[in-house]
Amino acid sequence: MKPPPFHYHAPRTEAEALALLAELAPEEGRILAGGQSLVPAMALRVARPSHLIDINGLPGLDRLEVGDGQLRVGPLVRHAMIRRESVPGPLGALLDKVRGHIAHLPIRTRGTVCGSLANADPASEWCLVAATLGGAMLARSMRGDRMIAAEDFFQGFMTTALEPDELLAGLHLPVLPEGTRWGFHEFSRRAGDYAQAASLAVLEMRAGTIAAARIGIGAVEDRPRRLPEAEALLTNRAPTADLLRQAAAEARATLLPTDDDPTRPALAETVIRRALADAAGIELP
Amino acid sequence: MSTRRIALTVNGTRHEAEAPVRQHLGDFLRGTLGLTGTHLGCEHGVCGACTVLLDGRAIRACLVLAVQAEDRAVTTVEGLAPSPEALHPLQAAFCANHGLQCGFCTPGMLTTLEEFLRDCPDPTEEEVRVAISGNLCRCTGYDSIVAATMEAARAMREAAA
Repeated sequence: MKPPPFHYHAPRTEAEALALLAELAPEEGRILAGGQSLVPAMALRVARPSHLIDINGLPGLDRLEVGDGQLRVGPLVRHAMIRRESVPGPLGALLDKVRGHIAHLPIRTRGTVCGSLANADPASEWCLVAATLGGAMLARSMRGDRMIAAEDFFQGFMTTALEPDELLAGLHLPVLPEGTRWGFHEFSRRAGDYAQAASLAVLEMRAGTIAAARIGIGAVEDRPRRLPEAEALLTNRAPTADLLRQAAAEARATLLPTDDDPTRPALAETVIRRALADAAGIELP
Repeated sequence: MSTRRIALTVNGTRHEAEAPVRQHLGDFLRGTLGLTGTHLGCEHGVCGACTVLLDGRAIRACLVLAVQAEDRAVTTVEGLAPSPEALHPLQAAFCANHGLQCGFCTPGMLTTLEEFLRDCPDPTEEEVRVAISGNLCRCTGYDSIVAATMEAARAMREAAA
């Protein structure tokens, strides 16, 4: 339960960190942010980076900024820093609710949002949020900056489009307009545990009908994704209990779970139905 | 093995010591500083026994490297009481409510709850249960721990009023 030996670097500037990463990435050099996934993986010896480049001492990386219709989450923003009051409108309420489902209190004070995205666990709540809302990741290296859309970023089980020399320098999420309806549900065996299935639904309503729907599923397939068939079924329809049930059943039929746990499709359908019901403001068991 | 000299404040006292870079803060506190109040259970972030406060926020001492505590302030269970004669209200309530059985989980419970009650001074029992969901008690003494926390929260609210 002790990590294997490694070299430790504590750069003082972002430029220094990127230079170290460019130099050490070929030798299994890794960024250390919150360390709430990487450090246990090292203790269990499933990760053996030869160099750790600790970014915790870098100034200015813990910013949470809103502008141009976007929320920008810096690489040292801890889960616990995501609060309703720090993000305007429905997005703030949505992120606040999601935060409460991430691990436990002492993990949330240390773990980072960007670290979760870079780790890309299929059950990660922030990955589900990024995929459902159409977030974009800012990848930074000595070679420059590039934006990666969520649908391109998540490439499979704990696999992302980040190159070894790239730091995940931010998550950009669209700020949701006032009146946007949303629902989030996850099922886990114990509070704070990994989700068995998680769903986020976001509805844009116009004159009593659903003008646009985004439905995401996490913890079921090898990466979080939207459910276009179910979204299409809801679009331009008035939300009713039957319609939401039908959309959840439709979504279930399109899922390709990564394991053969017989309960997973049913759990997926249930969390999707509950997320939709919350978003539509309909009582649905 | 690669080591670094670090300086940090623990329970108000400045310490300077050598730490192997791969050593986690929990081993440093126990082995180098002799503060064995912090308990190490799973050492991969699951059991919560090693929880301490880093700059006032509850963290897992097994998931933070000792070298990362450079220039930071750590509070362990030894530093919760206001004086050698008095207990922290949580400690007093744990005593009064049989909140410890074997005592192994207690330091992590106390440090986690210390931060929780600062953030949420008037919690429901359900909120307390969720707050300690990352702290495993193998004696399964959760009912008394929850009762102790509710009493401590009341005492702290009354003291602040």
